[in-house]
Amino acid sequence: MNATSATEPLLSVRGVTLRYHTKDHLITATYRVSFDVLESDRFVLLGPSGCGKSTILKAVGGYMHPVEGEMLLNGTRIVEPGPDRAFVFQEFDQLLPWKTVRDNICFALTASGKLKRREAEDRAMHYIDKVGLTKFAANYPHTLSGGMKQRVAIARAMASEPDILLMDEPFAALDALTRERMQEELLQLWEETRFTVLFVTHSIPEAIRIGNRVLLLSAHPGQAKAEINCPGIDEVDAEGKPLSDRIQEMLFDRIVQQGEPENG
Amino acid sequence: MVSTSIDRPDVFHDIAGTEIDVVERPLTAWQKVYDNGAIRKTVLLVVLALIWEVYARALGNPLLFPTFTDTLAALVSAIVSLELPEAAAYTLSLLIKGYLAGLAIAGLLTAFASVSRIGADLLQTLTAMFNPLPSIALLPLALIWFGLGDASVIFVLIHAVLWAVALNTFSGFRALSPTLKMVGRNYGLSSTGYIVRILIPGAFPSILTGLKVGWAFAWRTLIAAELVFGVSSGSGGLGWYVFENKNQLLIPEVFAGLLTVILFGLFVENVVFKTIEAKTVQRWGMAS
Repeated sequence: MNATSATEPLLSVRGVTLRYHTKDHLITATYRVSFDVLESDRFVLLGPSGCGKSTILKAVGGYMHPVEGEMLLNGTRIVEPGPDRAFVFQEFDQLLPWKTVRDNICFALTASGKLKRREAEDRAMHYIDKVGLTKFAANYPHTLSGGMKQRVAIARAMASEPDILLMDEPFAALDALTRERMQEELLQLWEETRFTVLFVTHSIPEAIRIGNRVLLLSAHPGQAKAEINCPGIDEVDAEGKPLSDRIQEMLFDRIVQQGEPENG
Repeated sequence: MVSTSIDRPDVFHDIAGTEIDVVERPLTAWQKVYDNGAIRKTVLLVVLALIWEVYARALGNPLLFPTFTDTLAALVSAIVSLELPEAAAYTLSLLIKGYLAGLAIAGLLTAFASVSRIGADLLQTLTAMFNPLPSIALLPLALIWFGLGDASVIFVLIHAVLWAVALNTFSGFRALSPTLKMVGRNYGLSSTGYIVRILIPGAFPSILTGLKVGWAFAWRTLIAAELVFGVSSGSGGLGWYVFENKNQLLIPEVFAGLLTVILFGLFVENVVFKTIEAKTVQRWGMAS
C-alpha cells in the first residue's frame, strides 16, 4: 500500500440525501451526509434506530439511489449492485439454502465469471478455513447455527475480495457470547488481510470495539453529528469520562452520569 | 432492601470422569419401521383393501361391487393381455404432452409477470378468471374448435395445468426473502442467471406445490375427458377402457381400470414428487 492510495479516499460519500416511499409517505432517511472511507479503514456508522444508517449502506451497495449528492467508489459513481462491494446482512437467511457452505462461496465467485470452478473451490476452502468452518464445508445452511451462518456470510464476502465489505449489523441477531467472539474474529481477520469495511451498528460498545473511525448519526432523519477516531478501547479522557459516555452525549445531546447503565 | 436470610454456600460439582450409560443409541427396529412413512402408508393401504374385500363379500353382488380379489384378477389379466398397459401408455403420453405444454406457457406468463407490473396484473386477472373454471367445461368448445382427437384433450390439459403452476410460481417469486434477492443482485448475475439460479430455486417449494396441483388437475381432467366424452375413442386411453367395459357390464374390469388410475396417482404423488421433494426442498431445509 503506497502513500497516495492511503490518502485518496476509497469510498467518498458527498452530501447524500436518501428518501424512500412507504405506502403513503415519502420519508427522508438521511440528509446531506458526507464521509470518506480510506483504504483498510474499519469505518463504523453508528446511530439510534431509524437514523438511516442501513439505508446509507444499501445505497453504497447500489440498491438505492440518492436524490441529492453522490457516492464514488474508487472515483466511479455507484449506480447498481456489484461484486466489488460485498454485503453481509443481519439476517440469517442470506445464504442460498439450496447450496452447501462451500458452494455458497464458490457460487459468489463463479457467478460473476471472476473465477473458474477449480480456483473458486480452492479459494472458498481457504476462506472457510479462515473462519474455522472446514468441517462444515459440505453442510447445507439450515444445519448450521446462527453464528456459523454469519461466519459463512463473512467468508463469502471476503472470498470475493471486494474493494469494500459492507456489513449491516451482522452480529445483531446473535447472542451476546457469540457476538463478542465474532467481533474478536472479525478483528483478527482484519489483522491478517487488512480489508476495508463499512460497518453499521446501533451498539456503542460494538462501534468502539470494531471501528478505527466512527461516524455518529442523529435520529430521524439521519444527519452526521460527528466523525471521530477510535482507539479500539473504551478510553477514559482527561476529565475521567469514558469514550462510550462521550459518544452517548454526542448522539443524544445529554450528559451521562457516571455509572449509568447504557442501553444498546 | 430485604436481604436473603438464608446463607447459601457456593456449590461445585466434579463432572470429570462421570460414566453416562446412554449418550447416543441407535433406534430399535420397531422405532425405525414406525418412522418410515412409506411403511405406515402401505399398512394403511392393506387395511383399506381388506375392508373392501370384506364389504364386497358381504354384499355378494359382483355387478354392483366386485371383490378386491376379482378386481385384482381382472387387473392382472388385463395387464397380461397388454390391453391395460397400452391404454395407460396412451393416456400417459397425452398427459405428458399437455403437462409440458402447460408448463411452458406458465413459464412464459410468469416471466412476463415478474418483469412488468402489467404482466403481473395480467397473470392475476387471468388466473382469477380461468382458475375456477373446470377444464372439462371447456371440452365441448374444444371439440368444436379442434375436433374429436388429441388436440382437444391437450387444449383442456393446458388449461388444467397452466393456472395452478403460473400462480404458484409467481407467488413463490414474490415471497422470496428480500435479503436473498439482494444477495443475488450483489453477485453480479445477468438477469437470466438471476431468474434461473436465484428466483427459481428460491421459489421452489411453491413451484413444487404448483406442479403437484397442476398434475392432479391434469390427470383428473384427462380421465374425465376420455370417460365422459370418449374423446380418445379412436385409440383408447384409460378412461375409454373404463367406459367400454362399463358398456359391456364387465364391472371387475371397470374397477381394474379405476384402480390403475388410482395407482398412477399414488405413484406420482408418493414416488415421483416425494423423490423430487427429498432431493430439493427437504435437503435444503426449505420444506414448509
